[in-house]
Amino acid sequence: MSEEQHDVVLTVNGTAHPVSVPARRLLSDALRHDLGLTGTHVGCEHGVCGACTVLLDGRPVRSCLLLAVSAQDGEIITVEGLANADGSLGPVQQAFLECHGLQCGFCTPGFLTTITAGLRDNPTPTHEEARDMIAGNLCRCTGYQNIVRAVERAAELARDGAPHAQVPHPPEPEAGQLEFEDRDDDNASTGLGA
Amino acid sequence: MKPAPFDYRRPGSLTEAVAALAGEPGAKVLAGGQSLVPLLSMRLAAPSMLVDINGLPGLDTITADDTGVTIGALARHADVLASDEVRRVQPLVPMALAHVAHATIRNRGTTVGSLVHADAAAEMPVVLSLLGGSLDVEGPGGRRTVPAAELYVGPMECSVHHDEIAVSAHFPALAPGAGVAFDEVARRHGDYALVGAAALVDGKSVQVGYLSVADVPTVVDLSGVPDDRLGDVALEHLDPGDDIHATSDYRAQLVRVLTARVVRSAREGGAR
Repeated sequence: MSEEQHDVVLTVNGTAHPVSVPARRLLSDALRHDLGLTGTHVGCEHGVCGACTVLLDGRPVRSCLLLAVSAQDGEIITVEGLANADGSLGPVQQAFLECHGLQCGFCTPGFLTTITAGLRDNPTPTHEEARDMIAGNLCRCTGYQNIVRAVERAAELARDGAPHAQVPHPPEPEAGQLEFEDRDDDNASTGLGA
Repeated sequence: MKPAPFDYRRPGSLTEAVAALAGEPGAKVLAGGQSLVPLLSMRLAAPSMLVDINGLPGLDTITADDTGVTIGALARHADVLASDEVRRVQPLVPMALAHVAHATIRNRGTTVGSLVHADAAAEMPVVLSLLGGSLDVEGPGGRRTVPAAELYVGPMECSVHHDEIAVSAHFPALAPGAGVAFDEVARRHGDYALVGAAALVDGKSVQVGYLSVADVPTVVDLSGVPDDRLGDVALEHLDPGDDIHATSDYRAQLVRVLTARVVRSAREGGAR
């Protein structure tokens, strides 16, 4: 018995891709397997980790929580669509490079898409808002501090217009506390304020 | 981890959608899918057919008037949360929505979908129950209104029939002088709450709704209860369970803390 295939057109990064998929094909798998766009990463595959986040009609959504057949009416942007038209890095990508916002890079595509939309909606986030913007994405390497810095740096770059590759000085540790390490006010990461 | 095969229908009208459900006892409705798709992927659910209502016209409406807030089946949590009108008419709705998962999930998930998913650990079923709201459902016999008090019958089970589609939810407006509050404690921001509580205080009437401490969203009448007894009296009606995340004793303690907190906060809100 062969499974019924559905012919749908997925519009990804401005290009229309006709595909034939079974109804159960997740959008994340359609992007990777059917379209070969492997920039979108699949982590937990049940909506917790955020690695597979793409933009659907400009809004961040989990591509592992969408069926490809259900995404056919929308405009999808993946991490492959975030570079500038001339191929140079977009402001969020540039900021991740400058701030060392990634280590293994697995979670990065989800952060980049999430932050791109977040800064469009709020171009001047406070430190708290920058943290809240990425609260739904998990990173197992960085400890998040450099990702928060990258959000703030990306906001600067976007405000300045053109991205420029100026690497900031590394933080100078003060006695007993790193400059960028959040201490008692760190409610966002624990949820318990402790 | 992939869903089991299922048939897929994407009807263009509500009538077609109801007809598709009626002919297939194993069918489920797909709206935002933020709870359903993980269940499919983990194969905790294996419906024979999904009826995708995302193509239906006119279901993404959010309206607010003096009687309350009416939210259509395709209104996403994020849009409801962003509505100033909703905030003005019934502030408990956005207070609770801010605790529903993360912004990315709220961009796709629907408020009505969350109501019929009937998870006792979810925020919005408690809000609907506490406010005495209702759900409008469309079935083969036409439309009917289900009061919140008759909606939740068991764990993950609501009284909407399998061939009915929830088309809108109504959250009554906040009465003048009344106050509301919501709070919850979760291991991580955006996770399911260990315990959550919502309060509605109107004059001498004190009602508190709870999530994650009973099989169904549970509202307890705490009118006339002295402030230092609020949590203990509430616990007589609740059944906090043990799991890997928290002991029942800890959940009971959270009930005491959160009850006092939301009642106080709702009183302050009502006094303004």
